[in-house]
Amino acid sequence: MKLTINGESKEIKDGISLPELLVIENVEQPDMVSVQLNDEFVRQDEHKGITLKENDSINFLYFMGGGA
Amino acid sequence: MIKIPQSVYDEVIAHALKDNPIEACGYLAGINGEVKYAIAMKNTDASNEHFSFDPQEQFDAFKKTQKEGLRLIGVYHSHPETPARPSEEDIRLAYDPNVSYVIVSLAGIEPDVKSFIIKNKTVEIEEIEIILES
Repeated sequence: MKLTINGESKEIKDGISLPELLVIENVEQPDMVSVQLNDEFVRQDEHKGITLKENDSINFLYFMGGGA
Repeated sequence: MIKIPQSVYDEVIAHALKDNPIEACGYLAGINGEVKYAIAMKNTDASNEHFSFDPQEQFDAFKKTQKEGLRLIGVYHSHPETPARPSEEDIRLAYDPNVSYVIVSLAGIEPDVKSFIIKNKTVEIEEIEIILES
């Protein structure tokens, strides 16, 4: 199925879950990314329950912070 | 190497000075290692020792640059009282291996700007080429 991931159109296997997608996208620490699915934020505790569908748009960005 | 136009370089320093003593932070938008402009972000920690981006602002910046055919190729933040080197916290929280981490130190007489690549908690200093503009 076709998904748009961070703006890029990609062919991904049908029925993939959001956590599986983040693994495919080489996200080593999924708890440190913010995810938007079709422009809606997805809470961390909701990731596991989400199965992606044809033409979904997923954006993920790493937490950005630091010290001094 | 990261290439930064003189005007953007100056703008980042100006942001650091304006927010001092709070840490200033933002993105650097560009492509192929060349910065086009800076995006000042809110430091949600409002601290002189920490910074965090607001996720909604992050997505807004991401979508804006994407529409322009650009990417978020760098992240900058200031160190109001410490040198321009990644702190332990900076390294621990550097989750994105694909960006340049630019630090502006205000600890000395003059601002000091350095850039780093941080992957798997390993830090490498990165050359900054300032693009002079007419």
